[in-house]
Amino acid sequence: MILVWIIGLLLCGGILCWLTDTWKAGYAKWIALASVVADGLIISALLVHFVTGTGPQAVSPYPAPQVTTPSAEPHAASPHAATPWLIDYRNTWIPSFGISLRLSMDGLSLILLSLTIFLGLLAVLSSWKEISERTGFFYFNLLWTLAGIAGVFLATDLFLFYFFWEVMLVPMYLLILIWGDSNRRYAAYKFFLFTQAGGLLMLLAILALYFIHGRQSGTYTFDYFAILQSTLSPTAARWIMLGFLAAFAVKLPVVPLHNWLPDAHSEAPTAGSIVLAGLLLKTGAYGIIRFVLPFFPQASTAIAPWAMLAGVISIVYGALLAFAQTDLKRLIAYTSVSHMGFVLLGIFAMQETAMQGVVIQLIAHGISTGALFAIAGMIKERLHTRELARMGGLQTSMPAMGNLAMVFAMASLGLPLFGNFIAEFLILLGAFPQYATLVVIASTALVFSALYCLRMMMRVFFGPAAPPTITPPTASAQQDIDSREWIILGLLCVGIVLLGLYPQPVMDLAKETIQQLTLNFRI
Amino acid sequence: MNELAYIPALPLLGFLVLALGGRRMSQKAVAITGAGSVCAAALLTMVLCGQFFGSGAVGAAAGHASPASVHYDLQLGQWFHAGALSISFGLRVDSLSLVFMFIITFVGALIHLYSTAFMRGDRDYARFFACMNLFVCAMLILVMADNLVLLYLGWEGVGLCSYLLIGFWYDSPANCLAANKAFIITRIGDTALLIGLFLLFKELATLDIAAILRQSPGHFRLGSPVITLIALLFLAGGMGKSAQLPLQTWLPDAMAGPSPVSALIHAATMVTAGVYLIARMHVLFQLSPLAMTVTAITGALTLLVAACSAMVQTDIKRILAYSTISQIGYMFLALGVGAYGAAIFHFFTHAFFKALLFLAAGAVIESLHHEHNIFRMGGLKDKLPVVYWTFLAGAASLAALPLVSAGFYSKEQILWYAWRAANGGTALWLAALAGAVITAFYSTRLLLVVFWGEAKTSVSSRPGRLITIPLIILAFLSLTAGFVEWPHNLLPVHLFSGFLQSVLPAPATRSGGETIGQLLAVMATLAGIGVGYQLYHRQPEIGIITRWQQRPLAAAIRNFLFGGWGFDRLYDTLFVRPLVSITRLNRADIFDQLYVAVVRAARTGHRLLSASQNGSLRWYAVGVLMGILFILTLLL
Amino acid sequence: MAVVNIDRVLFVAAVLFLLGLTGVLTRKNILFMLISIEIMLNAAGLAFVAAGSKWHQPDGQAMFLFILAMAAAEVSVGLALVMQIWHQHKTMDVEDLNKLKDE
Repeated sequence: MILVWIIGLLLCGGILCWLTDTWKAGYAKWIALASVVADGLIISALLVHFVTGTGPQAVSPYPAPQVTTPSAEPHAASPHAATPWLIDYRNTWIPSFGISLRLSMDGLSLILLSLTIFLGLLAVLSSWKEISERTGFFYFNLLWTLAGIAGVFLATDLFLFYFFWEVMLVPMYLLILIWGDSNRRYAAYKFFLFTQAGGLLMLLAILALYFIHGRQSGTYTFDYFAILQSTLSPTAARWIMLGFLAAFAVKLPVVPLHNWLPDAHSEAPTAGSIVLAGLLLKTGAYGIIRFVLPFFPQASTAIAPWAMLAGVISIVYGALLAFAQTDLKRLIAYTSVSHMGFVLLGIFAMQETAMQGVVIQLIAHGISTGALFAIAGMIKERLHTRELARMGGLQTSMPAMGNLAMVFAMASLGLPLFGNFIAEFLILLGAFPQYATLVVIASTALVFSALYCLRMMMRVFFGPAAPPTITPPTASAQQDIDSREWIILGLLCVGIVLLGLYPQPVMDLAKETIQQLTLNFRI
Repeated sequence: MNELAYIPALPLLGFLVLALGGRRMSQKAVAITGAGSVCAAALLTMVLCGQFFGSGAVGAAAGHASPASVHYDLQLGQWFHAGALSISFGLRVDSLSLVFMFIITFVGALIHLYSTAFMRGDRDYARFFACMNLFVCAMLILVMADNLVLLYLGWEGVGLCSYLLIGFWYDSPANCLAANKAFIITRIGDTALLIGLFLLFKELATLDIAAILRQSPGHFRLGSPVITLIALLFLAGGMGKSAQLPLQTWLPDAMAGPSPVSALIHAATMVTAGVYLIARMHVLFQLSPLAMTVTAITGALTLLVAACSAMVQTDIKRILAYSTISQIGYMFLALGVGAYGAAIFHFFTHAFFKALLFLAAGAVIESLHHEHNIFRMGGLKDKLPVVYWTFLAGAASLAALPLVSAGFYSKEQILWYAWRAANGGTALWLAALAGAVITAFYSTRLLLVVFWGEAKTSVSSRPGRLITIPLIILAFLSLTAGFVEWPHNLLPVHLFSGFLQSVLPAPATRSGGETIGQLLAVMATLAGIGVGYQLYHRQPEIGIITRWQQRPLAAAIRNFLFGGWGFDRLYDTLFVRPLVSITRLNRADIFDQLYVAVVRAARTGHRLLSASQNGSLRWYAVGVLMGILFILTLLL
Repeated sequence: MAVVNIDRVLFVAAVLFLLGLTGVLTRKNILFMLISIEIMLNAAGLAFVAAGSKWHQPDGQAMFLFILAMAAAEVSVGLALVMQIWHQHKTMDVEDLNKLKDE
C-alpha cells in the first residue's frame, strides 16, 4: 500500500498545484515541495528499513502454493525461495482483461525510486525562480512526470507499466513545449515522436506477450510474474524482444536513436533537463534490466554482442560530439549519450560485477549530469545564454560555482573519488574478460571525456572574461550562487562523493536482483 | 599503526578546511592551515621512519638477512566489493613507500613554507593551498595504497591537482591549454594503466598489490605475451605520468603553473609516480624481458632527447622541465636494467636538487619582474647571493659534480648498472654517458647565464627568509643526501640499498670496470662543465655561438631542438587537428540527417497528395467516380 | 396491372443516374449541379422501388421514402448554402469557388 501512496502523493500533489494556482498564485511551488518532501520521507524510511534492518524480509510474489505448503519440503532449495522482492502490492483494476494494479519493489526499484525523489526535489528547487508563468500547471506536469517515472520503476503489471510509461511522457512533452527555450516546439515534437514510436512498438510487444501467454496457459493476464514463466519460441522471443528493446533503446538512448536527446535536453527548462537526464534515461536501462533480460534470456544472449557494440559506439560517438558542441546544454546532453553507452555495455555483459556497475552508473550519472544541467541553468539565468562563446572567466565572479562545477566535471570524466568512476570501473572490469576489444575501445572514452569536460570548464569558467559587448556585466550576471543554489549543488556534491567513497549500501541493495538476473546467464 | 592514516588525513583535512572556508580566512590563517598540515604530516612521517628503523629494517640495512620484508598494514574499511572483486581502503607501508612518503611530506613541507611567502598577495591564496594540500594527500595515497584501485585513485588525484595548479592563473588561455594538455596526455597513460588493471584482474582475480606480487611468478610464464602486455600497459601509464617518450610533451608546457607547483609536482613527486609504479610492480616487469628492454630504451631515448632540448631552451623553467624529463629518463633506464634501487636513489636525490632548482628559479623570476628568459638575466651572483649559492649546489648536483654532490652518487650508480647489469649493455651506457655530458653542459650554461656576466634586468625585490630557508635546507641535502650510498669500491656504505633491499632486489651484475666507469662518468661531467664554461663564460672572446647562429643548418637544428624535437607539431597534425576537424564537421550530428530525411520524405509526400486537393468541386466528383469505378472493378 | 420488366426499369434508372452524373461533372453552375444530384438520387430511388417490387419486399418502398426525406433535407441545406455562396461571392460558378483547397 505504501507504494500506492508514493505515487498517489505525487499525482494528488500535482492536481492540487494546478487547482490552487487558479485562485492563488505562489502556493503551487510550496505544495509541490511538500509532496516531494513527503515522498522523500517515505522513501528514506524505506531505505533505512531495508538497508539497516535485519535484512530484507523478502515477499514472494509467486503464486501461493509454495507459501501454503512449506511443510512438505521445509529446507528444499525452491527456485523462488530467495526472491529479491521487498514489497508487493496488488489490487484488481480491470479484471476482465487481466489487468491488475500491481506494484512491487525490489532493491533496484528502491534505489531508482530514491534517485527519483532526490532529483525530483532538486528539480522543484531549481525551478523555484526560473518558472514564473503558469506555475501551477508547471508543477502539475513536473509532479506527474515524477509520478510516471516512479510508477515505471514499480509497476509489475505490463499494462500498468505501459500506462505509467505514457504518463511520464506527456507531461514531459508539455514541460518542453510550454516552458522551453526558443526552439522548444521542434524539440518537444521530436522528443514526443521518438519516444512515442518506441512506446508503440513496446505496446505491440506487450500485447503479443499477453496473447501468447494467454493461449499457452489459458489465463489472459498482464501480470509480470505470470508472464515471466511462459515460454516463447525463439522467433517470437526475438521479435517481441526487439519491440521492447526499441522503446528502451530510444529512451536510453542508443546511437543512432539518440537524436531527440540533445534537442530535448537543451530546450527544456532546467527542471526538465534534470528530470530528463537524471531519470527519464534511467527508465530505459531499468526496462532492459527488468523486462528484456528476464523475459528473453536466450534472445538477449544472442543479441548481446551487438547491443554492446551499440553501447561502445554510443560511448565514443557521444563523447566526440560533446567535444564539438558550442552550446553548453547540448554539450552536457551528448555526455549523457556517452555515459548511457556504458550502461548498455554493462547490462549486456550479463555479469554481476558489470551489472553492479550499471546500477551505480544509473545513480552517478543522474547526479552528475543533473548537477551539470542545474549549473547550466544557473548560468543561463545570469547570462541569458547557453553559448560557450559568450561565457568565459566566470571563475572570477563566481568562484563557488566554478569550484562546484569542477567537482561535477571531474565526476563526469570518471575521476576516482566520485561515483562515476566506480561505475565505469566495474562495468569495464566486468565486461573485460569476455569482450576485451570492446572494453578497450570503450576505455578510450576516458580520454575523450577528459577532452570535453576540460574544454567545457575552460570555455565557461576559465580564460579571460567574455568582452562586455557580448555579455553585459550586469549586477545579476556577476552574482555567485545563493543559498538555495548552494543547497541544490551541495546535496548533489555530497551525493556523488558519497557514492564514490561508500557505494556498498547501494550495491548491497541491488545485489539480490542482480544475482537472480545473472543466474539466468551462467554459461 | 593507526598513525599511518593520519599522514594522508592531515593534508586532506587541510584541503577540506581551505576548500570550504578558505575564502573567509585571512591569508595568515590559510598559510598556517596549508603549510601546517603538511609539516605535521612530515613530522609524523619522520616518526614513522624512526619506528621503522627501530623495528628491524636497520638489521636488514646492516646486512643481516631479513626473513620477511618489514611493513605496516592498516585497513581503514571496505571501499566496495562486487562479484569476485573486493577493494578496501588499505594502506601498506614498506621501505619503498617510506622513501616516497618522506620525500613527499618533507620536500612538500619545505615547498609549502616557501609558498606561504611566494604566493603572498595572490587573489586565490586559499585555493592554491587547498590544491597543494589535496595533492600531497593524493600523492601519499598513491604511494601508500595496498591495492591498485586505491593507487589509481591517488594516481588520478595527483593528475587532477596537477591540472588545477598548472591552470592556477586561469585568466590566461595559454595556462588553461597547458593544464588541459597535461591532463589529457597523462590520461592517455592512465587509460592504458586501467586496461592493464583489467587484464591483471582477469588473470589473477585480485588487485591487491601484495597478492599480485606473490602470485604472478607462479601464474605467468617468463616472457609470456600476457605478462608482457600487462607490463607494457603499466609502462604506458608510467610514461604518461612521468613524461617519458612519447608522452613527454606536456611537461614543458606545465611550467605555466606557479614555481612551487613546478617544484613539488613537476619535479620532485608526481612525475616520479611512474617510477614508483614500475618499482612497486617490478615483479611483473621482471617476468617480461621485453618490457624491461622497452623500459630501458624508453629511458635512454628520453634522457637524450630531453637533454638535447634542454641545451637550447631560453626559458629558465623550461630548461628545468626538460632536465626533469631527462633525469626521469635516467630513472626509467635504471628500472629497465633491473636496478630498481638505483632508480629510487636517483629519485631521492633528484627530488632535493630539482625542487631546489625550481624554487631558486622561482625566486629569481620573482625578483626580476616575472622575467623567464635567461638571456635577459645575468649578474645575479652578487645581488641574490643566497639564491646563487643554493642554485649552485643544485646545479652541481644536477651536473653530478664528483664526490661533493648527491647527484653524482645516484647517477654514477645508474651509469654503472646500465653498463654492467645483466640487462644492461654498452649502448645504454653510452647513451647515459652522453646524457651526463649534456646535463653537465646545460647545468653550467644555466648557472653561468643566469648568475654570472653582466646584469640585464634590475632586481626589484629580494627573497625573504621564508624563501631562503627552504632553499638552504634543500641545498644542504642536494650536496649531502648522496652520502648514504657509496659505490662499493670506494666506501662500504650502502644504507639506501640496504634499506630498500627487502622490497627491491638488486640486479645481477657483471663485475669489473668499476673504476674505469667512474672515471669516465667523472670525465663526462667535467667535459660538459668545461664546454659549457668555454662556450658561455668565455663566449664574448670566442664568439662561437654568435657564429653558429648565423649558419642556417645550426639554426635549424637549434630550432628543432628548441621545439622539443617537433613532437608537438607531429601530434598536432596527427591527432589534434584531425580530431578537431572531424568533430567540427560532425557538430550537427550526421545521424540527425537521417531523421531530417524522414521528415523531408513525409513533407514531400504531403505536398504531392495535397496537390490533389485543389478546391475544384468537379475534380472531386471525378475523383469519387473513379474511386467507385475502381472499387467496382475490384469487386466484380 | 402490367408487369414491367425489371431490366428495363433498371436501365432507365441507370440512364437517369448517368444523366445526373454527367450533369454534376459538366455543369459549372452550382445550382444545376444540385439539380443533377437530385436526378441521381431519384435514379437510385427508382432502382430501389424496382428491386422492391421484384422481390415483393416493402424495403424498396421504405428506402425510397428515406431517399425522399434525405433529398428534401439535402435540398434545403444545399439551397441555403447556395444562397450564402451567392451572397458572399456573387457567383454560382464552381470554378471560382475553390477557396477550400490546401494553401
